[in-house]
Amino acid sequence: MENGLDPAPFLLEVRGISKSFGAVRALQEVDFTLRAGEIHALLGENGAGKSTLIKVVTGVFPRDAGVVRLGGEEVEPRSAKAALQAGIATVYQEVNLLPNLSVAQNLFLDRQPMRFGIVREGEMRRRAKALLTEFGLDIDVAAPLGNYSVAIQHVTAIARAVDLSARVLILDEPTASLDRHEVEILFGIMRQLAKRGIGIVFVSHFLDQVYEISDRITVLRNGRLVGEREIASLPRLELIRMMLGRELAETTSARAAASEPRAREVCASFENYGKAGYVAPFNLELRHGEVVGLAGLLGSGRTETARLVFGAERADGGQAKVEGASVRLQSPRDGVRHGFGYCPEERKTDGIVAELTVRENIVLALQAKRGLHRPLSRREQDELASRYIKMLDIRPPDPERPVGLLSGGNQQKVLLARWLATSPRLLVLDEPTRGIDVGAHAEIIRLIRELCDDGLALLVISSELDEIVTYSDRVVVLRDRAHVEELAGEAIDVTNILAAIAADGAAMQEARA
Amino acid sequence: MTALLPRRGLAQILALIVILAVDRVVSPQFFDLRLQDGRLFGSMIDVLNRGTPVALLSLGMVLVIATRGIDLSVGAVMAICGAIAASLADSHGLPVVLAAALGAGLVCGLWNGFLVAVLGMQPIVATLILMVAGRGIAQLITEGRIVTFTSPDLVWLGNGAILGVPVPVAIALGMLILTGAVVRGSALGLLIEATGGNARASELAGVGTRAMILAVYVWCGVCAALAGVIAAADIMGADANNSGLWLELDAILAVVIGGTSLFGGRFSLVLAVLGALIIQTMNTGILLSGYPPEFNLLVKAVVVLAVLLLQSPKLSGFAGIMARLRRTKP
Repeated sequence: MENGLDPAPFLLEVRGISKSFGAVRALQEVDFTLRAGEIHALLGENGAGKSTLIKVVTGVFPRDAGVVRLGGEEVEPRSAKAALQAGIATVYQEVNLLPNLSVAQNLFLDRQPMRFGIVREGEMRRRAKALLTEFGLDIDVAAPLGNYSVAIQHVTAIARAVDLSARVLILDEPTASLDRHEVEILFGIMRQLAKRGIGIVFVSHFLDQVYEISDRITVLRNGRLVGEREIASLPRLELIRMMLGRELAETTSARAAASEPRAREVCASFENYGKAGYVAPFNLELRHGEVVGLAGLLGSGRTETARLVFGAERADGGQAKVEGASVRLQSPRDGVRHGFGYCPEERKTDGIVAELTVRENIVLALQAKRGLHRPLSRREQDELASRYIKMLDIRPPDPERPVGLLSGGNQQKVLLARWLATSPRLLVLDEPTRGIDVGAHAEIIRLIRELCDDGLALLVISSELDEIVTYSDRVVVLRDRAHVEELAGEAIDVTNILAAIAADGAAMQEARA
Repeated sequence: MTALLPRRGLAQILALIVILAVDRVVSPQFFDLRLQDGRLFGSMIDVLNRGTPVALLSLGMVLVIATRGIDLSVGAVMAICGAIAASLADSHGLPVVLAAALGAGLVCGLWNGFLVAVLGMQPIVATLILMVAGRGIAQLITEGRIVTFTSPDLVWLGNGAILGVPVPVAIALGMLILTGAVVRGSALGLLIEATGGNARASELAGVGTRAMILAVYVWCGVCAALAGVIAAADIMGADANNSGLWLELDAILAVVIGGTSLFGGRFSLVLAVLGALIIQTMNTGILLSGYPPEFNLLVKAVVVLAVLLLQSPKLSGFAGIMARLRRTKP
């Protein structure tokens, strides 16, 4: 911190890094710098490119363009191991050590002290003990690592990295599964290491922690560098705006202004609906012909809300009603039966069946809804497929192509088609525009509006605030797994949403601690 | 019904033709057929007849594997159901015998399905339980002896003929048609393939994935029961120690040769049965050739290796790169 403003040479200097996966540009000319003794937070929403940047720097992925300098010298590690040898160590959220081996074995894996080809267990344990004492840990190093808490596993991973003479330490979401006390221990160690001159990259989406520990912040969004700031001169609201807003243009709801405030029929309503440890009980009313946007930071409970509404997760309290009648939503089948549809965020793992054709993927939900004994004939399937391929402009327009071979945007359209084929009354879309190219992006948004005009009720999650503002009639803002604010009509704009997300995070943190 | 025999069946058909040709060289009378006592005889008929148990097992196994599962217990289920059939054969009529044996197979399938679908156990471990326990149960039923019977009805199931066609072959053919009709005539086929291809996504699309998984294990148990009854009828007795021994591996091999991936998803009933025929054609060929039967195991091992090499991700990755180089557009 004390040399924070010095024009000291950078320990790690990343310039103009680009990386594409197929047609998706994951990183575009990103710069990143790290000084010795600095804790530098790397922030961004899901898909912003944080992980990709780390993996490119540490040689897990080859880069398309750009240079990485470590201590002034250009490096180009070909693997995580090579990066480690060069002095860049990474500790991932899921600690990649071996839980069945002892703590000492983990610390000295691949470099055990040997004599006559035999591992000197005693010597190894003595050294392991000494090493961990430096980190304030006094534990039995002969016990399996898996016996210890995630926090201790993290510290072990860090100790190993530091002992391997790391000069740059990258911590990817290290605090995600730690409690408050463990976070304090970890922060103590981070400060101590920074004092020794090690540069630390801290990836986290807990803003309070970022403000507590970091010297500087770099924000990425959609694979681009948004900015690099000193933490002291960056208000929280401004930071959230950097993370979420595309630009500072004050977009207002096009729909709210255009549509007269007519009374819409309630499609589904949820009262005191929630699940302990998942989402705090909430009230939510979804009306025909209306788009409700869910806004909030990563981990704020958006996806959790969507899964509860659809029935993918069981609520442990509250009341759900569809068209005024009480219903029980115990499983996705229940949701489908009541005319709900859900396009999940993770298209590949939760959405498409990659091996099956576009046609089969489109008819899947409708067929499941009709049941086994009422199979859709091949002709009906072909008709459905060709209708939706035309309507949603799915490319290539080949119903017999395995859906895994389509681009992300077209896979998303196939998923939309799957639900539209069931003639749903409510569609829940989780990040419908994530990871798809600009053209398809605009089309999906156009579709959302059209569907809404056809009388569908829509619940849409997006990290793109101006996108949410564009199509939503109402916006529910979430923070810390609770619904905290509902905006409607004129009140829907990026500034108000940001204010609701940012509101007294520090006070809440204190209340919890 | 193009779905029953997709274009990818070409490799299997070619393999069968090659092995048949080799068999013809080894044994010049291989394709000779003669009619005796209203039943066809000949090496080809032998292949079909001997191949019946594995063909029946593969009909159930292919569905289980399509859901990304595996059933190691089918050999033991054969032994149980064969033992039940043999014990009841001389005291009860054929309908009772069949109902008891098939019912036992159904219960075995329900047990496996319960462990996998409801308790969420790994299929290989879940079915290993019955694989081990099942043979013990069969021995308890036969009281450790080889139970023989003389009931002409049951003997007919193993040795009779319908219009010259051996009854077991007719049963296997009937089961293939029945399974095909049920699976492809209803939505079951699509939903099984979806479940095996991506269970999470299918569940979220409203597919009752648990019911699918339960159903395929039940069907697998019933197929194994039928195979067990036929095996017992064939030798007019039940040998709890040896009936169906290691046949689960042949059934899995038949499915894999039939091109269904052990990772689940797409499956073909016809090709799985074709896989069973390929295995039996090899077996018969080796026996006819006069080589000691030990060679059988070696040759099988080589075929397994060849099939697995063809399916290995490394090799298909290589093939994929070659294909990409040949194509202009990705």
